[in-house]
Amino acid sequence: MLHSLVFVLVNGLVYGLLLFLLSSGLTLIFSMMGVLNFAQASFYMLGAYLGYQIMAWTDYWVALFVAPVAVGLLGAAVERYVLSKTHHRGQVAELLLTFGLSYLIVEGVKLVWGVNAVNYGMPPSLNFPIFAINGVSYPAYNVFMMVVSVAIFALLYVLLTKTRIGIIIQAALSDRDMVGMLGHNIPRIFALVFGIGCALAGVAGVVGGNILVTEPSMALSLGPIIFVVVVIGGMGSFGGALVASLLIGLLQNYMTTLNVSLAGLVGVSLGSHAPFRELLNQPLSQLAAIMPYFLMILILAFRPKGLMGKVES
Amino acid sequence: MLEVTDLHAYYGKSHVLQGVNLTVGDNQVVRLLGRNGVGRSTTTKAIMGMVRVAGSVRFKGREISGLPPYEIARCGIGIVPESRNIFPTLTVYENLLIGMKSKNQKGRWSVDATFDLFPNLKERARTAAGVLSGGEQQMLSICRTLMGDPDLVMVDEPTEGLAPQLVEQVGVLLEKIAAQGVAILLVEQKLQIALRISHQVLVMGHGRIVFSGTPKDLLAQESVRREWLEV
Ligand SMILES: Nc1ncnc2c1ncn2[C@@H]1O[C@H](COP(=O)(O)OP(=O)(O)O)[C@@H](O)[C@H]1O
Ligand SMILES: [Mg+2]
Repeated sequence: MLHSLVFVLVNGLVYGLLLFLLSSGLTLIFSMMGVLNFAQASFYMLGAYLGYQIMAWTDYWVALFVAPVAVGLLGAAVERYVLSKTHHRGQVAELLLTFGLSYLIVEGVKLVWGVNAVNYGMPPSLNFPIFAINGVSYPAYNVFMMVVSVAIFALLYVLLTKTRIGIIIQAALSDRDMVGMLGHNIPRIFALVFGIGCALAGVAGVVGGNILVTEPSMALSLGPIIFVVVVIGGMGSFGGALVASLLIGLLQNYMTTLNVSLAGLVGVSLGSHAPFRELLNQPLSQLAAIMPYFLMILILAFRPKGLMGKVES
Repeated sequence: MLEVTDLHAYYGKSHVLQGVNLTVGDNQVVRLLGRNGVGRSTTTKAIMGMVRVAGSVRFKGREISGLPPYEIARCGIGIVPESRNIFPTLTVYENLLIGMKSKNQKGRWSVDATFDLFPNLKERARTAAGVLSGGEQQMLSICRTLMGDPDLVMVDEPTEGLAPQLVEQVGVLLEKIAAQGVAILLVEQKLQIALRISHQVLVMGHGRIVFSGTPKDLLAQESVRREWLEV
């Protein structure tokens, strides 16, 4: 019992931090440019495939560094040469563009790597159990994922608060016109921020791709959850994205361990013709996948600005 | 230094600037006066590249209309907008830092010199700029623009909402700026800030310059003042 509780907690944290890698990139891009980057999950997928490919050619540690940089450069190029042309046409044009881009990336990946999952394994040096409780062991790689996520956030924090370019980015988050009038090249800052946001997704792809399966459907299966996280946390709020990522990560992992059904929870047994019998008799573990969407609808209905957001989404 | 010729600007269908002509010479102090809503701020924004325009803006002999604001700033024009636009969550020091166009910019102004001028800002160097008083924010906004070492600075209604004593301080600062050889385009409603030297006074009415002359000329033209300035 203890080991399953600890594992649920750690797995929830690992998954939550992965979600935060993705949602913080989305938040960074949204706060600065007002663009909801629909392709965020596709850049995550690209990170995973590039990670797989580079690991096959060299080794994992090279992949961990090179793949996110490559994804970031691609993101910056997309912003610089394509997306920037639509900024003056408003959010719908931008959204449609990133929407189209997300499909382009998914189809491109299928053309290069095929429609089946690729064999993206763990680095051998991290493939060992790190601790065991009551004889059940826990993989070191999951702990490594946590370490990488936390290290990336520390790096991002230092970049944004301690460096000159980070301070300029922060200023541009609140008033980009003024930053431009002070002589800073706003299009270049946009490309940089978009690139950083995409690189964060790329990191998530490299570290998550080998335990979550690297396949063409991975973007579509994670994409909606990221938006759910951002809506629940509050659009444009980093703190909100963190809280919502961890909340969903922990809650979802906890629910998958529950065999009790909603009906069982309140202690009623249903006749064979009772309304909603199917739903109420489902074990909660089966409902784990839809729980985030349920939460999102509740938030939109009762607290539209999210847990920690400043503006209504 | 700055030559604006037949400048037109539109917000949607409303034709806000209807052929503005003005020049600011090297090291000159030019004051742009007018009632609220006549288009003074729009003129400064148009020069800065913030609104779409038709017409010509030449700076140091180069046509700059149509350039993005950051390039215009890099040509040597600075703006202090009427809303001040300080970055409220960043510290006073960081606000000044962002005023520099590159990391090691050397020019007429430095952070240390600014702090010597305004001990108040020095004391608050590490606090968020959003908690400063209105007057301190105005000083910070002007100093931030100076960090970029402009050759011409446009200051839009810097004394709006400030106590008389602070108005005087703004005047002192503007004279220091002029003394460094920086040209100034100062926007006000009427001649409010006392300055030793004002080379030219322009009065704006309904999107056009309706009077141009020295402060003395304006004093002599009661009809101009009555029609375009007094309320
Ligand atoms: N962003 C805007 N959109 C539409 N109309 C504007 C905008 N800014 C200013 N105006 C209008 O343009 C005219 C000139 O404004 P402005 O240049 O701010 O005048 P001033 O600075 O002389 O008070 C005013 O009628 C004002 O209502
Ligand atoms: Mg104005």
